[in-house]
Amino acid sequence: MTMAEPVGGRFGEFGGRFVPEPLVPACEELEAAFRTAWADKDFRGELNRLLADYAGRPSPLTECHRLSGELGLRLLLKREDLNHTGSHKINNVLGQALLAVRMGKTRLVAETGAGQHGVATATAAALLGLECVVYMGEVDIERQALNVFRMQLLGAEVRSAVSGSRTLKDAINEAMRDWVATVESSHYCLGSVMGPHPYPWMVREMHRVIGDEAREQCQHLLGTDPDVVTACVGGGSNAIGIFSGFVDGDAALVGVEPAGGAAIGRGVPGVVHGSKSFLMQDEHGQVLEAESISAGLDYPGIGPEHSHLAAIGRARYESVTDDEVVAAFELLSRTEGIIPALEPAHALAWVSRAREELAGQSVLLNLSGRGDKDVDQMMDRLEVERESFGNDGSTE
Amino acid sequence: MSADPGPLEAVLRARRSQGGKALVPYLTGGLGDWQAALAAAADAGADAIEVGIPFSDPVIDGPVIQEANDRALAAGITPLGVLDALGRLDIGVPLVVMTYYNIAFRFGLERFASVLASQGVAAAILPDLPLEEAGPWTEAADAAGVETVLLAAPTASDERLGRICGRTRGFVYGVGLLGVTGVRDELASSAVLMAERLKQITDVPVLVGVGVGTPEQAEEVCRVADGAVVGSAVVRRMLDEDGPAAVGKLIGQFRRTLDRG
Ligand SMILES: Cc1ncc(COP(=O)(O)O)c(C=O)c1O
Repeated sequence: MTMAEPVGGRFGEFGGRFVPEPLVPACEELEAAFRTAWADKDFRGELNRLLADYAGRPSPLTECHRLSGELGLRLLLKREDLNHTGSHKINNVLGQALLAVRMGKTRLVAETGAGQHGVATATAAALLGLECVVYMGEVDIERQALNVFRMQLLGAEVRSAVSGSRTLKDAINEAMRDWVATVESSHYCLGSVMGPHPYPWMVREMHRVIGDEAREQCQHLLGTDPDVVTACVGGGSNAIGIFSGFVDGDAALVGVEPAGGAAIGRGVPGVVHGSKSFLMQDEHGQVLEAESISAGLDYPGIGPEHSHLAAIGRARYESVTDDEVVAAFELLSRTEGIIPALEPAHALAWVSRAREELAGQSVLLNLSGRGDKDVDQMMDRLEVERESFGNDGSTE
Repeated sequence: MSADPGPLEAVLRARRSQGGKALVPYLTGGLGDWQAALAAAADAGADAIEVGIPFSDPVIDGPVIQEANDRALAAGITPLGVLDALGRLDIGVPLVVMTYYNIAFRFGLERFASVLASQGVAAAILPDLPLEEAGPWTEAADAAGVETVLLAAPTASDERLGRICGRTRGFVYGVGLLGVTGVRDELASSAVLMAERLKQITDVPVLVGVGVGTPEQAEEVCRVADGAVVGSAVVRRMLDEDGPAAVGKLIGQFRRTLDRG
């Protein structure tokens, strides 16, 4: 199979455009604008130039020699953490911001969980001279203070989402409410492969560069595709990006969700935020609040294409606990000198747990972001753990 | 247009042919003494009543209805709880359930439609289910005899408005402004414009809601529209201590103002 344009906005039975009527024309306009821009050499050239000269693409592929030895497999990292602004999010945002300018929009609205998508959006807005408002859950504003300040430095306004669980899901609600009111001048710069058509498709296309580069890099290094391609999944954009380079081959594709936000692991099909997909919800259809150490994965839903890949068996989805993630965060830092964001630490946590199953295999992991933003939070957590174990943390 | 309008559309058409304007308040199901508030609204002259089934993520609603949703959910209301109660009510006006699509989807579309019908609910509004996605639901609703009210918004082309008016049942719900539900100081100019555009296209009753918060604003939009939907202003009264009495009083004010025109 290859990843083509979704027919009628649907990936199998998932996807669609479940938005309030005022937004339908905006989604149609965006779909048409994206389709022409994506086929336009000048647009693609301008985006590629920004991805190279501004964001620093291509991102390297790093082979982890020490950690591979420790785990008994061959671990390769796709280094999206080295992009400008520190995560994969910039790929999508540069594309959407250019598109917004092309559509004559003067303002970007975004939601953010960990703050990485917010920072990337604020960055692109600064670069292109657009106004920028970022909605962020009150809980996330507290645990990601560094990114809040970065967004403000970049000239964006950060607005606190105080309803519901006060995390990513509620930030999306607020961003959509803003968009309903400002749709004529604003572009909603959605940060993952979710939402109404054309977002899941458009955002995937903008992250496809991750998978395309990685496949070529693997050809150089391994002479073939890796045995396994894995990535963390919140909405699923970094995962879809890397999967899209390998979906037509034989590599096993494994998405890793947090146990407290496992849409595929614990959800059933539902409709929220514009598309039909797996969703953590109660028996009455009320959306459940996700609970994860990682603000970027603290989301009860998942992009519709992942639901489709799961349904047809092309990808599988695993979940890991917060404790496993913390251990993986420390492991990569200690063995490779790379401090990962908590989000991709989920993927590593699964690799580490599944090491027997994966013994001797080549595993490509999308290192979607760097851990600077999480250092404060981890300092608190690790200190608490050390205190509760009654030692100073120096024992190994 | 089907030859035989359902009970909601029949009531609204009758109001119009008598030269009157329709008044449809919205109340959140499960919030405080909501059943008494419904009865008070009916007594005070509502032509039909919209009852919200609370949802965890009401994306087209502003702060007042969000708070109402949160409170009702915290008090333990379920979709079936609202519908059971509606089945036992006898207040003499058509009832319209308004909820988000996931509630109906999770319930099962056919089952949801048939429970609405068996509980005496005339119609349904699912604001996040636009025309293109509505097929499976309208099929189930039509089969059960439930009228599906569609939204029309200022951002739509006339061509799109035409398709919406062709598929809606009961009335067409003109969205008065670009934005979420909530009371504004003034009626947006888009509200009257919306009504004008819809009136030129359709014979189905045209009601305008979202941003209609005072009797004067309702009167203004009803110079063109066949009626008004009043949401947040009513729910605000429900959130206050003297809910039902305050709701009855407010609806009475709207009724008198619309009737003097
Ligand atoms: C570094 C990083 N990885 C992953 C994610 C999750 O998003 P997605 O699942 O769309 O890749 C985030 C979101 O904030 C992130 O910051």
